Amino acid sequence: MFIARVIGEVVSTIKHPALRGKKLLVVEKLTEGGEPTGDSQLAVDSVSAGEGDTVLVLDEGSSAALVTNLDNPPIRTVIVGVIDSVDIED
Amino acid sequence: MPTVDAKGHDGGNALHLCRVIGTVWATVKVDTLVGYRLLVVQPLSHDLKESGSAVVAVDTVSAAPGQLVYIVKSREASKALEERFNPVDAAIVGIVDEVRTAS
Repeated sequence: MFIARVIGEVVSTIKHPALRGKKLLVVEKLTEGGEPTGDSQLAVDSVSAGEGDTVLVLDEGSSAALVTNLDNPPIRTVIVGVIDSVDIED
Repeated sequence: MPTVDAKGHDGGNALHLCRVIGTVWATVKVDTLVGYRLLVVQPLSHDLKESGSAVVAVDTVSAAPGQLVYIVKSREASKALEERFNPVDAAIVGIVDEVRTAS
């Protein structure tokens, strides 16, 4: 899993059946200190995250299948939490 | 900024925006790929700048060159095809109407 910030949304009408009804968000990876890395990608939303939210992003297929409750979906990257705060010990 | 995985591949992340930049024609191919189109896609960042190297992806949504799409990569790409077991590591799974970002 990694920490990212939601920076946008993708609107898409024509999509794979497994993705129908699912919100696709644009996320930018953050460092553990919360700094943006410039590395952006898409993620399927499962927690009603919104733009500006710091989120926990899962990047593993069988867990993604569990979260989306689908059999064998072509989905690997899913937002599974909205992060309130991260504490890093010095 | 492109990411490079353990194998040195840098064609974007597992679910990524891409522009279709070409078509691959292959008469001879593995049986499970017969009937599928192969397109060359360039991974893009959220502001539509090139991000990493172009890859070849199997098309599942009838995309066309020039269109903005998104691809799924790695093991999960093969799940986009009906056949359960197939040699695919990148698949186009949607066509983008619009990317909305604050910036």
